[in-house]
Amino acid sequence: MNKFGFTISKGRQIDYESNDRRIADYIFEKEPSFRLCIECGGCSATCTTSNFTVFSLRELNILIKRGENDQVRQNLKKCMLCGKCTLVCPRGVNTRNIVVLAKKAFQKSDEYAI
Amino acid sequence: MSKHVVVIGGGVAGLEVAGQLSKVGIEVSLIEKENKSGGHLNNWYRLFPDRRNSTEVKEYLDGMTHNGGIKLLTNTTIEKLNRSGSHFSITTNEGKELIADAVIVATGFDLFKSARKEEYGYGIYDNVFTSADLEEMFKKGELALTNGIVPETIGIIHCVGSRDEKVGNFYCSKLCCVTAVKQAIEIREYLPDSKVFCFYMDMRMGGAFYEELYREAQEKWGVNFIRGKVSEASETIENKLLIKVEDTLAGRPLKMKLDMLVLMAGMEMSEGGKKIAGIGGLRTGENRFFAATDNHFGSNKSNIEGVFYAGTCTAPMNITETISHARAAVVEVIDYLKNSK
Repeated sequence: MNKFGFTISKGRQIDYESNDRRIADYIFEKEPSFRLCIECGGCSATCTTSNFTVFSLRELNILIKRGENDQVRQNLKKCMLCGKCTLVCPRGVNTRNIVVLAKKAFQKSDEYAI
Repeated sequence: MSKHVVVIGGGVAGLEVAGQLSKVGIEVSLIEKENKSGGHLNNWYRLFPDRRNSTEVKEYLDGMTHNGGIKLLTNTTIEKLNRSGSHFSITTNEGKELIADAVIVATGFDLFKSARKEEYGYGIYDNVFTSADLEEMFKKGELALTNGIVPETIGIIHCVGSRDEKVGNFYCSKLCCVTAVKQAIEIREYLPDSKVFCFYMDMRMGGAFYEELYREAQEKWGVNFIRGKVSEASETIENKLLIKVEDTLAGRPLKMKLDMLVLMAGMEMSEGGKKIAGIGGLRTGENRFFAATDNHFGSNKSNIEGVFYAGTCTAPMNITETISHARAAVVEVIDYLKNSK
């Protein structure tokens, strides 16, 4: 078969219905403060990882909620769990615990094991 | 026989209440803890949204109170507030006893003490100021750093002490966004070569002509708006302020060196109000402001019959709302004096 160098790129759209949001549901249940995020970015501003690598806890929160799990899995490893974000959050979100719970949720699911 | 009402607090709400009551022939004792009336209005230079001079509103309020029938008691606080039969007995700090047919509480607000947000360095770094400090500078006509040098880059931080669980204030103070926009314009007007950056979580431009002022700030004055909550400020070796924020719309952390930081301090229940709540047995809400009996149709009524609220002692309000709320309190008092006994 001839290959002409073309590929079909994966869509950028968030396909809300198809996405699997069980990770988010698991975190909502275990850490209800997860619902309180207003996307102010205070967590990312203080985050050492964010300042040196491509990582944003604020963005990660949204990606979890939308069920963009591939991206979540890639990003989750970068958090060093220092907890500075939790000190900053004006909404009292236990941000550090969200990362911990997301990791646990992935481990519980073979499909998404990290 | 003429009725007598004691009004606690001589700010915008208290002055309006006193003026309106005296117009209908009710005698008023207006109690003010400072040595003059006017409250926070005395500390503000210009007012949003039209940037008129605050003295114009002060003149209106003073005019209202020149009708006669108002006794202004300055340097006075309240030590006791008791109901005895259909009257109230009020004891002042000087031991004077006042007998009133009704009481209006207009104790207003205190500005959030910005030093409590230690991460912004108010009272620690040289060039961190509050919105109130800036008004003071505008009044004096001297907008400068602590060392007298004119600032070139100025950062304005929104929501200092508002919408912040870390300081125990869940609520939005409602006025700081538009104050930031107003002050940003004033800075640009005063220092045409300066650059001004507003750091916000949400722009809450809900009042009349607020959105227009926001647009003017962008269009005419080139004020920069960056969406993100500043997490901390630090002082650099050259005495500048280094702030850290996420530019949430770019999705990347951002650092910036600024000459001056201005903190938009929110509104809190006043210390005076807290004291009155304690001695008078008046109910307060989760936000520590006085709790009215109904959010929709009883916003002036307290849990004690004959005690009413006017203005920002119940919630953050702008001057327009405060005056409206004060007038509504007057209607409630007149109704009470006529019909409740």
